Amino acid sequence: MSLFLIATLPFLGAIFPALLIRAGRNASAVSAGMVTLTALIGLLINAPAVLRGEVVTARLDWMPGLGLNANFFLDGLGLLFAGLILGIGLLIIIYARFYLSRKDPMGQFYTYLLLFQGAMVGIVLSDNILLLLVFWELTSLSSFLLIGYWKHLPEGRQGARMALLVTGSGGLAMIGGMLILGHIVGSYDLTVILQHKDAIQASPLYLPALLLILAGCFTKSAQFPFHFWLPHAMAAPTPVSAYLHSATMVKAGLFLMARMWPVLAGTDAWFYIVATTGLVTMVLGAVIALFKDDLKALLAFSTVSHLGLITMLLGFGTKAAAMAAVFHIINHATFKCALFMSAGIIDHSAHTRDIKRLGGLLHLMPLTFTIVLVAALSMAGIPPFNGFLSKEMMLEEALRAVWQGSPYLVAGLAVFGALFSAAYSFRYISHVFFGPVRHDYPGEPHDPGPGLWVAPVFLVLLVVGIGLFPNALVGPLVAAASGAVIGTTTNGGAMPEFHAALWHGLTPALYLSLVAVGGGGALLLAHRRLVPVWEAAPRPEAKVIFDTLVGGFETLSRRITEVLHDGSLSRYAAIFTAFTLALAGYAYVSGTMAAPTREMLAVSAVPVVGWVCLAGAAVCVVAFHRNRFMALVLIGVVGLIVSLAFNYLSAPDLALTQISVEVVTIILMLLALNFMPKETPKESKPGRQLRDIVLSVGAGLGVGGLIYALMLRDFSQESISQFHLENSYSGGGGDNVVNVILVDFRGFDTFGEIIVLGIAAIVIFAITEAVLGSNVRARLLNREPDMPQSGNPHPLMMVVATRVMMPIALMVAAYIFFRGHNAPGGGFIAGLIAAIAVIMQYMASGYEWAADRQRFYYHGIIGSGVLVAALTGIGAWFADMPFLTSNYGYITIWPLEKFEWATAALFDLGVFLAVLGAVMLALESLARFAWQPGMDTEFAMEINPARDDPPEDTEPTEKEA
Amino acid sequence: MEMLLASAVGILTACGVYLMLRQRTFPVIIGLSLVSYAVNVFLFATGRLAQNLPPVLNHNSVAYTDPLPQALVLTAIVISFGMTAVVVMIALSAYLSARDDRIDMARDDSYDDEQATGHVNNAEDEA
Repeated sequence: MSLFLIATLPFLGAIFPALLIRAGRNASAVSAGMVTLTALIGLLINAPAVLRGEVVTARLDWMPGLGLNANFFLDGLGLLFAGLILGIGLLIIIYARFYLSRKDPMGQFYTYLLLFQGAMVGIVLSDNILLLLVFWELTSLSSFLLIGYWKHLPEGRQGARMALLVTGSGGLAMIGGMLILGHIVGSYDLTVILQHKDAIQASPLYLPALLLILAGCFTKSAQFPFHFWLPHAMAAPTPVSAYLHSATMVKAGLFLMARMWPVLAGTDAWFYIVATTGLVTMVLGAVIALFKDDLKALLAFSTVSHLGLITMLLGFGTKAAAMAAVFHIINHATFKCALFMSAGIIDHSAHTRDIKRLGGLLHLMPLTFTIVLVAALSMAGIPPFNGFLSKEMMLEEALRAVWQGSPYLVAGLAVFGALFSAAYSFRYISHVFFGPVRHDYPGEPHDPGPGLWVAPVFLVLLVVGIGLFPNALVGPLVAAASGAVIGTTTNGGAMPEFHAALWHGLTPALYLSLVAVGGGGALLLAHRRLVPVWEAAPRPEAKVIFDTLVGGFETLSRRITEVLHDGSLSRYAAIFTAFTLALAGYAYVSGTMAAPTREMLAVSAVPVVGWVCLAGAAVCVVAFHRNRFMALVLIGVVGLIVSLAFNYLSAPDLALTQISVEVVTIILMLLALNFMPKETPKESKPGRQLRDIVLSVGAGLGVGGLIYALMLRDFSQESISQFHLENSYSGGGGDNVVNVILVDFRGFDTFGEIIVLGIAAIVIFAITEAVLGSNVRARLLNREPDMPQSGNPHPLMMVVATRVMMPIALMVAAYIFFRGHNAPGGGFIAGLIAAIAVIMQYMASGYEWAADRQRFYYHGIIGSGVLVAALTGIGAWFADMPFLTSNYGYITIWPLEKFEWATAALFDLGVFLAVLGAVMLALESLARFAWQPGMDTEFAMEINPARDDPPEDTEPTEKEA
Repeated sequence: MEMLLASAVGILTACGVYLMLRQRTFPVIIGLSLVSYAVNVFLFATGRLAQNLPPVLNHNSVAYTDPLPQALVLTAIVISFGMTAVVVMIALSAYLSARDDRIDMARDDSYDDEQATGHVNNAEDEA
């Protein structure tokens, strides 16, 4: 099976449990199991080749420009880990089916589990370190979901957060390390990186890269001083603990150290950092584990200790040690997973995991006892179980290690750790199962059904089997995996020989083993007396330190946030302005400016008058802004002058647009002002006003200075405008280059813009609906006008004038529209003019009158506009041209003269409709706020022929209507 | 001419920014409109100024003004209308729903500040 499929299968399959949970819990579990089994079979198909020493690869360029390729490869190490992940995953899926209760959402559980499984498989199969990092972060995220699976438990949530924070920040550090590594080698492909040991170790960036990568590995594998998250993650359901915290996730760090071993190991830095950390973690974890009363906490610290052991072996940097590490990874996964499962079984039936409340379970749970006995003795390093074999190998390697010149330090501490390891293993057996049967168990301890015991029994059989026949069962696998670790496989060398035996003579390691086991037994006997000593001993509580640290950061970020982000929007605006000014000031100070290259245009009297009006109006807006009507009038002045300026400076299209937009904007604001206070109260204190004045004057000087400097200099690059000027007629068939740019060259932009405009109008409509649907409506209906109202809302003169103007205005719109391609005008301007023509009717004759005569909804007009534009663009496809390619030609229709016809005109029609609809929908929505019952009787000049009004007398009809 | 235009843009920006920093919705909307004018003229002016050179092809003229900024500004004007309309609508709805047109959330800061300043004034008076 392709490696792609193996890596993606769990992700693809993750959807099945979530869906099939509706068909029952069995269906959900079976679907998860089938997915895992399929991936496992796919992996096993590749196994023979890998065991022969070949490397299976699957390559796919994803983003080659970034060096990110979806390359996978499978060597011995990958096979070992993928096998563990999928194989134990399968056992966990069976176990979890019977462990989780009816109340737990099982579909969710299996989905999370498969996501996690996919991420783990992705890590161990990735041939690209960037891809590996992606999967690495995915394991952090999916394990967060799994640890916090029991959302109702505060410990679960806290444990999940802590695990995410610790492993997530480690992952961030690792990203940095990996990028450095890729930078040194010049490739992000693992197989390439693994060839460049000398280049990496000679690089001055070796140490930073090593530290960063190890930070990721140590946090993930719970190495001291990051070990504290693992015990807290035990709040997870037991299947999760068994899977993540014994066999897979915590081994991801070990995997990466093993993976990078060929290029990173062998230096002093590697030895002292990795081996020392591993040694300290091993001893510390073992000592703490002995004094834990919670079974899962005991197992958690024991896991920490064993992870430390493997880390130490990898840190030794010798080939034999690496092989021992690989062997112990397998052994630890088997016995520890079985122990976690047995702890879950005890918890399940006895309803407690507290060792102090247990004891005497031997006769109540004989089968569980057998499982625990075998697994725990293996953990203690007792023959003939597999734990003994790897522990012997470890002690042998520890004896060879020399730490800062002292040959016995490592071995001594290793034995010390092994001693405690034996002690807590014995304690698990004796304090839980031996002793008198008690009568105060919270539950009723009994052996479980086969669903719960089949998985641990299988693992225990492996423990015994590997212990008795190590070479036959796992020999080739360990050899292949060690070959990958020490780099012989990738470098084409021979595979190392693996040979383990229960009896290999009276070696020093055997004596050390005896010391450890004997000492462990003695320690257990002394346990009762040691507990008070341990309780009294001062020791740092990791969770307290962690919480203090996190709390400190929280306070710090809250302080910063409260200063910058205190909910005051005007403060954000001020900070934003000040920051922009500071940036611009820095750019101005640090940059250089070329001398002016353009002459200034001569100034005549007219622009000066315009300038005075504009500046005066703008300053007066500020001075009189408390009088809101005055401010609106003055804004109108500014707008008019701006459109005049556009006209004066050779931009007729802009002038036309600006002046028509001006009309609609002012009407819009007037409508809104109708419902708002007419005065702005004086609120700002002088200090604040001064601050705002400084900021705004700074902004004005900056923007004005920038455009002044810009206008006096030529383009630094050649402008693309010349292209548009040259091709406007030949390519777009129009003389008005601005319009041709809008509807042709940049037609796609315009298409997007009319959609945005339509969305804005629909947003306005939606807000209106929401507000008028609330209690605001009642308030509006009962509103007393806050200003004196005009006696006649629809003056006759205005009604007559607007109705006469309506056809004229529409005519102008049509004219502007049709000339747009060759002379100033076009769809935007025509749409605005047509909108103004309609708005006039609303204003003069009233909302009801106008709404009565409305044939099409404005939503529909917007939609049809967008549709017409889109269809015009799509039409190009039929001519095998890209979207929005335009065409034009000439036709003659009698009695007209020959005229030009361009598809761009059709597109412009879409623009016209969209603008018209958007403007009208916005204004109509606002106008609906003013609706009052009884308004419809106030029709002015009711001359609607559709109503069969008696022609002689209009007065009574109005009242009837 | 360039000086006039640049100073006009500067004045519009300054007035607009000042109004945008006010504490009621309506002045902010007015300020936004002023800043929109300033931005539109700014963008337009990046094409450099020209007189009597409209970007409409004809047989008599050889020189034209830069059409590209004009096309961009044309849509910008229409879009800024749409944006203004949405902001006006939000401001109006907020006022009608909350019966208050203050920009900032009610934290009673201004109230406290007024009291604080009141105390200071009293203290000064007594002194």
